[in-house]
Amino acid sequence: MMGLLRLAFEFFKTGLFAVGGGLATLPFLYAMGTTTGWFNAQDVANMIAISESTPGPMGVNMATYVGFHSFGIIGSLVGPLALVFPSVVIIVIISKILNKFKESKMVQDVFYGLRPASTGLIIAAGLGVAKIALLHLDNFLDTKNILNLFNYKAIILAAVIYFIMKKKDFHPILMVVFAAVVGIVFKF
Amino acid sequence: MKELVNLFFAFARIGAFTFGGGYAMLPMLQKEIVEKNHWATEDEIMDYYAIGQCTPGIIAVNTATFVGYKTKGIPGAIAATLGMIAPSIVIITVIAAFLQNFADLAIVKHAFNGIRACVCVLILNAVSKLAQKSVVDKICLAICIAVLVLSIFTPLSPALIVILAGLAGLIVKRTGLSGGEK
Repeated sequence: MMGLLRLAFEFFKTGLFAVGGGLATLPFLYAMGTTTGWFNAQDVANMIAISESTPGPMGVNMATYVGFHSFGIIGSLVGPLALVFPSVVIIVIISKILNKFKESKMVQDVFYGLRPASTGLIIAAGLGVAKIALLHLDNFLDTKNILNLFNYKAIILAAVIYFIMKKKDFHPILMVVFAAVVGIVFKF
Repeated sequence: MKELVNLFFAFARIGAFTFGGGYAMLPMLQKEIVEKNHWATEDEIMDYYAIGQCTPGIIAVNTATFVGYKTKGIPGAIAATLGMIAPSIVIITVIAAFLQNFADLAIVKHAFNGIRACVCVLILNAVSKLAQKSVVDKICLAICIAVLVLSIFTPLSPALIVILAGLAGLIVKRTGLSGGEK
């Protein structure tokens, strides 16, 4: 029981102080592993690999994995719930404040700058994924041959998906499933 | 009650099929939240992202909480958030219990390499749809490009970049540089 409370407290702390998404939780996880002895750096590496190849927010995935690893099924519930609790409270408070000041000129002026900023960050995230998905950067750096830079299979798949989406606005879930099947069949 | 159940399952669908973090969720949000259920507009989603970036917690979860609260108050916030995290909890528990070597399986690697190629197209598609609404004038375009460059080429934290952009918006509007656009 004490262990579970500790687990809840550790993830509550992570949820409260990790600003900026999944990767921001990493330093907290390393520290948690060292101070509690629940898992080591190798376990964290394993967790990252699993979190990155499964759907869902990485922070939630990690909290579930650590919770299960240390305390079984109860742990896999307590970890993520403790992680999201602080942000739910904070966001509800911010929503209330926003509703009150939505019409304020000042808030609107700030959002005038925030919206294009979000757009820029999302483009950066998309380019980050594209770099890993469509290029073989390490392969290119090893061989210095420009022909080795491109992941041709992935580029063809990306182009196909692009044209399918141009023709018809399919649900993204369908496209993800399609890409997974193509990846398996053609051994990407 | 029905709306709460809808919120839960809409976000569960998003959580179950979002690979690659909070921003990769945008195409799903556009489909499920904006187009299908009209729970929020694209502008609002952008606002939520920007705030979610500067507040503690995971961006995907923060966005779910925002949309849930806007739709159905505190019960909505809880339903949407639980929906967002439920698939992760189930999937990761199963993997942790039975498939310790999950990430090393050849079939998972192949599937995931395919999914990544898809995700970058989905994100860039979603962004081009939304840029028409969020980038309304030259100053917005300048802010967007500045943020893009800063986040790719400098180690500045995204939270700081977002705050700077908010300040820029405020200053531009206050000093009338934007030439009186709406």
